[in-house]
Amino acid sequence: MSYTLPPLPWAKDALAPKISQETIEYHYGKHHQGYVNKLNALAKGTDLKKKSVEEIIKTEKGKAYNLAAQIFNHTFYWQSMGPGCGGEPTGKLAEAINASFGDFASFKKAFTTAAGTHFGSGWAWLVKNGDKLEVCATHDAGCPLSDGKVPILCCDVWEHAYYVDYRNARASYIEAWWSLVNWKNAEAKL
Amino acid sequence: MASAESDAFELPPLPYNKRALEPAISEETLNYHYGKHHAGYVRKLNALADGTPLAKKTLEQIIKTETGKAYNLAAQIYNHTFYWNSMSPNGGGAPRGNIKQCIERSFGSFENFKAQFTTAAGTHFGSGWAWLVRDGDNNLKIIARSDAGNPLSEGLVPVLTLDVWEHAYYIDYRNGRGDYINKWWGLVNWDHANKQLAPSSKY
Repeated sequence: MSYTLPPLPWAKDALAPKISQETIEYHYGKHHQGYVNKLNALAKGTDLKKKSVEEIIKTEKGKAYNLAAQIFNHTFYWQSMGPGCGGEPTGKLAEAINASFGDFASFKKAFTTAAGTHFGSGWAWLVKNGDKLEVCATHDAGCPLSDGKVPILCCDVWEHAYYVDYRNARASYIEAWWSLVNWKNAEAKL
Repeated sequence: MASAESDAFELPPLPYNKRALEPAISEETLNYHYGKHHAGYVRKLNALADGTPLAKKTLEQIIKTETGKAYNLAAQIYNHTFYWNSMSPNGGGAPRGNIKQCIERSFGSFENFKAQFTTAAGTHFGSGWAWLVRDGDNNLKIIARSDAGNPLSEGLVPVLTLDVWEHAYYIDYRNGRGDYINKWWGLVNWDHANKQLAPSSKY
């Protein structure tokens, strides 16, 4: 199996000015692409290449895990956002959020806190854990698939995700992320 | 809000002006890295420590005895100060003095040491620091640590450090961490490293 970089769901300037084309060019074109290249290099001539990205996440550790998880996480991140998105969820997802968090505002606060206070590189996630929705933060390449949870939404809080556009102001970036959230994609993951 | 006079922890001044490390490290980077990140850790530790026994500890004591948020903040304050001091506008070139002999003894040659340190800094995954340290047997070692990881917690003596958190290089190099590390060699402050090796040195 040769690992490939999935195409972005939208044009590189689609999220500008909240997330600039320059950021997407580096984040997708260098970081995300880089993980794909490195996993191909690592897997070459080994049994690793028989595994899918998700299988590697569920069964491997160390470098293989980091690379596969980062490929998955970034693909999921692009899908979590879109132009003309944002606002609040409706329908099944809104009901699920209310059932698990009380109301949207409480969920938003929990997610914003998880994303804003995470120390070091990592990700903030909305996940389904059995019947419940939960907010969690993972460190470095951490992917909730490893814990048997179902990812619904994610926000990248590695500094490369926001430093071009926001410098150290992670909170402003997270605020921008809320205006880009693709609720339709998230509902489909439930 | 605590007044400046009652703050237990202070942001030490930079050892040089904000343009001193250009073009390797820009003034803009120093404005953010020192003025926002480093200053932010000081502000947050003061907020955490204010009115608690933590305020009576030194940074080193916190690093050696605490975990979690207190450790992260104290270590990051220490790490950044050590990083500024590990560089100099007059730095770079080959090591001189005691550090030269120590590097040759522990690594065989400066070239070997440079290659290994470059690899450690270049391949570290996630946020963190590459350190040259002295261990209990008086040998120099290279270690890379994630996030706020500081060698004092392991009973090691820090000699040099290089910040590989993305905020250290993203303004000037974007994802080009290798270029950043390359330029850092032109700034290494061997005088500071020699001071760390002196038996009576206390950082």
